[in-house]
Amino acid sequence: MSASVQTYRRRSRFVMTWGYMRRNPSLLIGSLMFVALIGTAIVAHFVYDVSQYQPLSVMPSQPPSAELPFGSDTQGRDLFASVARGTVLTLGIGLIAGGLGLLIGGTLGFISGYFGGWVDTTIKLVVDVLLTVPALLVLVIVASAVGELPPMGMAFVIALLAWRRPARQIRSQVLVLRNAGFVQTARISGCGPFTIIFKEILPNLLPFLAASFTVAVSAAILASVGLEALGLGSQNAPTLGMTVFWMMNFSALMLGMWWWVLTPIAVLIILFVSLYLITAGLDELANPRLRRRA
Amino acid sequence: MRFLNLFRLVSMFLLVVFAATTLNFFLPRLIGTDPVAERISAIAETGGGNVDIEAMSQAYRERLGLGDTLWSQYLSYLGDIARFDFGFSIANYPVTVNELMAQALPWTIGLMLTATLIAFAIGSLLGALTVWPHAPRIFANLTPAIMVLGAIPFYILGLLLIDIFAFRLGWFPIGGGYPIGARPAVTFDFALDVLRHAMLPGLSIVLAAIGVWALQMRGMIVTVLGEDYVTFAEAKGVRPTRLFFRYGMRNAILPQLTTLALTFGQIVTGAVLVEVVFGYPGLGTLLFQSIGYSDFFVIQGVVFVLVLTVAISMLIMDIVLPILDPRLRG
Repeated sequence: MSASVQTYRRRSRFVMTWGYMRRNPSLLIGSLMFVALIGTAIVAHFVYDVSQYQPLSVMPSQPPSAELPFGSDTQGRDLFASVARGTVLTLGIGLIAGGLGLLIGGTLGFISGYFGGWVDTTIKLVVDVLLTVPALLVLVIVASAVGELPPMGMAFVIALLAWRRPARQIRSQVLVLRNAGFVQTARISGCGPFTIIFKEILPNLLPFLAASFTVAVSAAILASVGLEALGLGSQNAPTLGMTVFWMMNFSALMLGMWWWVLTPIAVLIILFVSLYLITAGLDELANPRLRRRA
Repeated sequence: MRFLNLFRLVSMFLLVVFAATTLNFFLPRLIGTDPVAERISAIAETGGGNVDIEAMSQAYRERLGLGDTLWSQYLSYLGDIARFDFGFSIANYPVTVNELMAQALPWTIGLMLTATLIAFAIGSLLGALTVWPHAPRIFANLTPAIMVLGAIPFYILGLLLIDIFAFRLGWFPIGGGYPIGARPAVTFDFALDVLRHAMLPGLSIVLAAIGVWALQMRGMIVTVLGEDYVTFAEAKGVRPTRLFFRYGMRNAILPQLTTLALTFGQIVTGAVLVEVVFGYPGLGTLLFQSIGYSDFFVIQGVVFVLVLTVAISMLIMDIVLPILDPRLRG
C-alpha cells in the first residue's frame, strides 16, 4: 500500500518536473547541453586514455582522425584527452570558486540584510566599492605574483573576489523578505533570528540561490579561463584556459591547425551557453513574473 | 545640494581607486611571495645579457624599499602611484613603464571606444525592436540568438572570427594593428590599413556586447511601453515611428547609460583579452607580454591605468547623467 503511494508520488513528481521543464525551455535545453558536455567528459575518463593530455604522448600536429577524434597539437597532446580532462578541471574550479563566493557572499548578504545598522552600512559600502573594481585585473596582479597557479590555487584566487555580487544580490532579497508577513508572524511568535533566517527566509530563497550559484560558477569559469589564457595557469594542468593559451602561444592559426583552435572554443561556447540558459531558466523559476505567458 | 552630490561622487571615485591600489599591494603579499626579488635574482643568475644588472637591481632595491617595514613600503607605493611613477620595465630595463604604456594606450582607446559606442547604438536599437509590437516578426525571433551571443566571452568569439574571416576567407589580416614593415604615419593608406586591422577585433567586441545592451534595452522598453503616457500617445494618434523614438527610446536610453557605466569594467577586461587574441598593439597585449616575462612593474602599471579608466568613465557618467536626465535630479 505505502509502496504504491510512494511510486505514485515519485511518478507524479517526475511528471510535474517534466511538465515544468516543457514550459521552461531554456532550463531544459541548458540542462541537456550541460549534462551532455559533462557526461561526455566524465565517460571519456573511463573509456579513453585521458592521460594523453600530456605532451609527447601522441604524434604531434595530426588533424582529427579515427584514433585522435579532435587531432593533436604541435606538442603532441591529444586534444580530445585535453578537453575531456580540461572540462572536468575547469568545471571543478568554477564549482569551488563559485561555491566559496556564494557561501561568503551569502553569509555577508544575510547578516547585512537581516540585521541592518552600521554592519549593513559597512558591508554595503565595501561591496559597492569593490564591485566597481574590475576583478579580473586585480586577479592578474595576484596570480602573476604567485606564479603558476594549479587548478586548486586558481579556484581560491578567484574566490578572493567572487563573493561581491552574491553579497549584494542576496542582501537585497533578504531586505524584501525580512518584512514579509510570514516573517513578521514568526518574529511575533518569538522565533530567534537564526530560526527565522534558516527556517523562514532561506527556504524561500532556494530557487534564487540556485540561480545565484550558476551565475557565480559561470563567472568563476570566465575568470579562470581569462587568467589562464593570459598565461597565468599551471603548465601541467590541461584546463580549458590552458588549451586556449597553448593554442595562442604557438599561433595555431598561422600553422593552419584549425582543429586546435576550434576544439577549446567549441567546448567553452557549449559550457557558457548552457550555464547561461540554466541561469535564465532558474531566474524564471525564482521570479514567476518572468514566466512566459502561455 | 548639487555641490554635495559632486563631492559624494568624487569621494566614491577616490575610494574605488584607493581600494584597487591597496588590493594590488596587499593581496600578493598576503599570499607571501616577492615576485620582483625573485625575478631580479633570476636575471642576475643568467647573466642578463647586455643589461647593466648592478644598476638595475640597485634601482629596484631603492624603489621597493626592501628592508623597510611593510607599512613604509605601502606608503611609498601609494606615493609612486599618485605621481603616476610606475618605474622601469624589468624585461627592457632602461625603458620606463610609462613609455611602454604611452605607445599602447592610443590603440586601446581607439578600438575600445569605437567598438563600445557602435555596440551600444546597435544593441539598444535591436533590443528595443525585439519587443516593439509594430516591428517585423524577425526582430522578436532574434532574441534567443542575441541572448546566446551575450553569453559567449568576447575573445572566444574573436578566435572564431579569425578562423572564419582571416584564416579561411582571407578577407582580413590575422592580427596586429598595422602591416608588419609599415611605419606608422599620418597617410590615407596607413589609416586604411589600421582600419582593416581593427575590423575583426572591433567586430568581436561589438557582437558580444550587442547582446548585453539588447537584453537590457528590451527590459527597459517593456517597462516604458506599459506607462500611461505611451497608451495616451497611442490613443491620440501619434505615428508609430514617433512613438518608438520620441516616447520609447527617449525614455529608455538614459537608464541604459547607467548600465553602460556599470558594465564598463567587464567590457574593458573583455577587450584586454580580445587584444591578446588578435595581437593588437594595445594595453592588453602589453599586459600579456609582461606576464610572459614576469615584468611585474608593467603589469602593475597597466592594471592601474585600466582600473583608473573604468573609475573615471563611471565618474563622468555619474556627473553627466543628471544633466541629461531630469528625473535623476532631486
